[in-house]
Amino acid sequence: MLRINNLVKTFDGERRRRRDSRASSAQEARVFAVNDVSFNVENGQLFTLLGPSGCGKTTTLRSIAGLERPDSGTIEVGDRVLFSTNEGKKSVNVPANERGLGMVFQSYAIWPHMSVFDNVAFPLQVKKRGDRLGRKEISERVMRVLETMELAHLADRQATKLSGGQQQRLALARALVIEPPLLLLDEPLSNLDAKLRESLRYELKRVQRELGITSVYVTHDQVEALALSNAIAVMRNGNIVQLGRPRDIYENPNCRFVAEFIGTSNFVSGNVVAKDGDRYTVNTIDGQLALDSAMSLPLGTDVIVSVRPEVLEVSTTSRAGEVPNEWKGTVLTRAYLGDSLDHVVGVGKHELRTRGNPSTSIEPGTEVYLRMDPAKLVLVPVD
Amino acid sequence: MTTASPAVSARRGATLGWLRRLGTPKVIIIVVVAGLIGYLALVPLYYLIWGTFFDADGFTLGGFARAYGDPRVGDMIGNSLWFAVGSAVLSLVVGTALAYLNVRTDVPFKGLFFAASIIPLIIPGILYTIAWIFLASPDIGLLNKAIEPILGPGFFDIFTVWGMVWVEGLHLSPIVFLLMVAAFRSMDPSLEESALMSGASRWQVFRRVTMPLTRPAIVAAVLVMVVRSLESFEVPALLGLQNGIYVFTSRIYFVLRSYPPDLAAAGALAVGLLVLALIGVTISNLVGRSGKTYQTVTGKGFRPRPMELGKWRPVMGGVIVLYFFLTVVGPLFVLLYTSLLKFYQAPSAEAFASMSLDNYRQLFDISDAMTALKNSLALGLGSATLVMILMAVGAWIVVRSRIPGRQLVDHFSFVPLVIPGLVLGLALSFVYLRSPVPIYGTIFILLIAYCTRYMPYGMRYAVTSMHQISAELEESAQVSGASWWQTFRRVLLPLLSPGLLAGWIYILVVSFRELSSSILLYSPGNEVLSILIFEQYENGQFTVLAALGVVMVLTLAVLVIIAYKLGAKVGLRQD
Ligand SMILES: Nc1ncnc2c1ncn2[C@@H]1O[C@H](COP(=O)(O)OP(=O)(O)O)[C@@H](O)[C@H]1O
Ligand SMILES: [Mg+2]
Repeated sequence: MLRINNLVKTFDGERRRRRDSRASSAQEARVFAVNDVSFNVENGQLFTLLGPSGCGKTTTLRSIAGLERPDSGTIEVGDRVLFSTNEGKKSVNVPANERGLGMVFQSYAIWPHMSVFDNVAFPLQVKKRGDRLGRKEISERVMRVLETMELAHLADRQATKLSGGQQQRLALARALVIEPPLLLLDEPLSNLDAKLRESLRYELKRVQRELGITSVYVTHDQVEALALSNAIAVMRNGNIVQLGRPRDIYENPNCRFVAEFIGTSNFVSGNVVAKDGDRYTVNTIDGQLALDSAMSLPLGTDVIVSVRPEVLEVSTTSRAGEVPNEWKGTVLTRAYLGDSLDHVVGVGKHELRTRGNPSTSIEPGTEVYLRMDPAKLVLVPVD
Repeated sequence: MTTASPAVSARRGATLGWLRRLGTPKVIIIVVVAGLIGYLALVPLYYLIWGTFFDADGFTLGGFARAYGDPRVGDMIGNSLWFAVGSAVLSLVVGTALAYLNVRTDVPFKGLFFAASIIPLIIPGILYTIAWIFLASPDIGLLNKAIEPILGPGFFDIFTVWGMVWVEGLHLSPIVFLLMVAAFRSMDPSLEESALMSGASRWQVFRRVTMPLTRPAIVAAVLVMVVRSLESFEVPALLGLQNGIYVFTSRIYFVLRSYPPDLAAAGALAVGLLVLALIGVTISNLVGRSGKTYQTVTGKGFRPRPMELGKWRPVMGGVIVLYFFLTVVGPLFVLLYTSLLKFYQAPSAEAFASMSLDNYRQLFDISDAMTALKNSLALGLGSATLVMILMAVGAWIVVRSRIPGRQLVDHFSFVPLVIPGLVLGLALSFVYLRSPVPIYGTIFILLIAYCTRYMPYGMRYAVTSMHQISAELEESAQVSGASWWQTFRRVLLPLLSPGLLAGWIYILVVSFRELSSSILLYSPGNEVLSILIFEQYENGQFTVLAALGVVMVLTLAVLVIIAYKLGAKVGLRQD
């Protein structure tokens, strides 16, 4: 549906250039906001660009929208080429207002001088004369979309007199009214408070799945990404570092950055000392760990083992010999989080965070045993 | 043949496509606006330089030799600086003190501040100056008459440099007041409160924290006021010429009014004045930029409890009332009083008995008066509208477009800020005296002058409101399928309209009272109100002049009120 190939977008690093006048070439002064990004989005799917602030998500999205002009690459929606700089062929850059896509902006960008109705009607009213619907059809279409978004009763209200959640739905209604082939969303929930964000997240998912509209979603919030997406691309410094289904990304991060960014994790560094089929043995400064991995790494490779807090089982009794991977340590602190309880356990040089049922609460200072299921430990190559 | 044609038609198609892309409304509008801004800003300067340095025989410094060879030129430069710096300091002290009292203390009569800061804006400089002549001239001044029994005749003499400083400084003080109110308001009150908590007294806080933090604003205000006083024409012309006290502007005027007018010498003086103004504006920009390094605006600062003046409260209240009388009531009263008399005289039972509306009646009989009123109205409305339309597009180019060189449009639109009105008038007469298009001697040359002079203000209003509109509002229209023109007309213009309207009102008001450019460009039949008043003053028709002045102030007041009402309506739809 959406195909992006080798997208590159740089900005003038003006400020840097001025401050550091010794920068030897103009090349150095450029900021690679998006550096060779490629991905496809299947029909009807919600695809998320996830990454920390400044990693190039917005720039990628705005390039698809036609609001930024990429340096090179191709962007295709369906069988329509929206942007292309392929050498040899003619370069293409369809202006934003002729791409016919829908977009929800971070600020919602609701026009304050128009009513709710006029905001939604605007995309239909500005169509080329030949394609434009009559007044009556426009009105019907707008009301239909407003009804889907449960805003019909507010149609005549001034657009600024809406609550945050209503504004978000209005922005969505306006993006959807032209029935675009592709919907672009730039952190549409980040302006809302936590409670509302959660309920609107499911609302958004419902609308997207019901209409089956192909979407590209930008966020820096991993929980949002995991909850909404069919597929996630994790970005860093203008690159996609991992692309996959939410579960893959959470359970099998391919580098420390992804493991750190998605959820919390403990990291233990070590060295591969034995390998038997998929079963690896890793030597660390505080003991050996056995774990399963489909990766093929030679003996002696430096690795990092990612241990999710919920994988660590805390117990005051030892079962050494019965199960692999038991480490002895001391509880340093604990924190009650309502639906879970965290302990921080000191093991030799490491401090490991555990997460478990609040019914298990252990005094700081107590000696405990930490057990780790080899199937749930993740081997991460050193970057 | 058939094989070649696709290539040929493809090339023709490409050319046509290229032309079509260039012919869009967007490109045409942008090119026309940018071109006009550049034209208005640069052409007069070019001709001014040309007219000053070149005569029939080529390059010459003769104009400079004649202008600066005069033995009294030292006096003239000294007077100019004394007058400019004196007025700036007076306006700064008065304006800053009032602003601090208003923003930070519980001084009484806060309602008067608003009137005292807005009303002087609608009293044109020429009327303000004449009003002070009526008040403090040694022969006929009402104040002198009032204190004659105690201090003897002619105690106040307005026709001195001190008098000039007094009138100019007071007239500028509301501008400083508005600038400093903004500076005090934008300062984070917690900075002062933490100084108080550290044990500093109010005065120490003011001296050690408040003043250093507002210093950039103060320095900028001083320089702006110095430049404005340097450029002032009304005050030096009416007050200084009487006793032969020349400054740059009045000297230029004098040189042009002598026979034969020495254009090159006037140009040389104008270039000198231009250089001085340029220095002032440059320094104030530098200071302004470095000031931003310690931005104190926090946005969520609540207003602190105002400082209690205690036993000083009545004293300060008295000061405020006195200021209000000096800047607003006194000048307006003396104009109104004079406009009702048969001939100018000090108040007495006899004088009051002779009062009538004859002067106003006479205005209807002077065809010049009605023409001037019509001209002033047409020019004010025309230049305000033209400037704001141009600057709306100009601001878009500067703020939103990514056209290379867009900053030039910004710089060009600010060039007229450093050109004194009289110099602009001179430069434009250089341009259009030579122009084959018959503009010189028509009202259009005044329109061009006003548009040029007020372009910087229009740009500032438009750019400020453009910055307040999030780019996403515009981009979402684009993504919705709107063309550039549709986006501009249906999203940007409505959102800009409050700012554009504010700029429009400002330009309307200032062009309605413009004198210093007009005085070199008008021709008989094309007088505007301020020119007519100037002529009547020179002819000694004080009472008719006063009536005309009252009409002028009332017209301005009505215009401003209508505009604000309109603005309120636009504003109402915003929230
Ligand atoms: N208009 C611009 N000019 C210069 N640099 C920009 C511009 N827009 C974005 N950048 C830079 O490009 C990088 C990526 O920005 P962005 O795509 O907005 O990140 P994200 O949305 O992931 O937070 C950042 O380093 C940012 O500073
Ligand atoms: Mg972003």
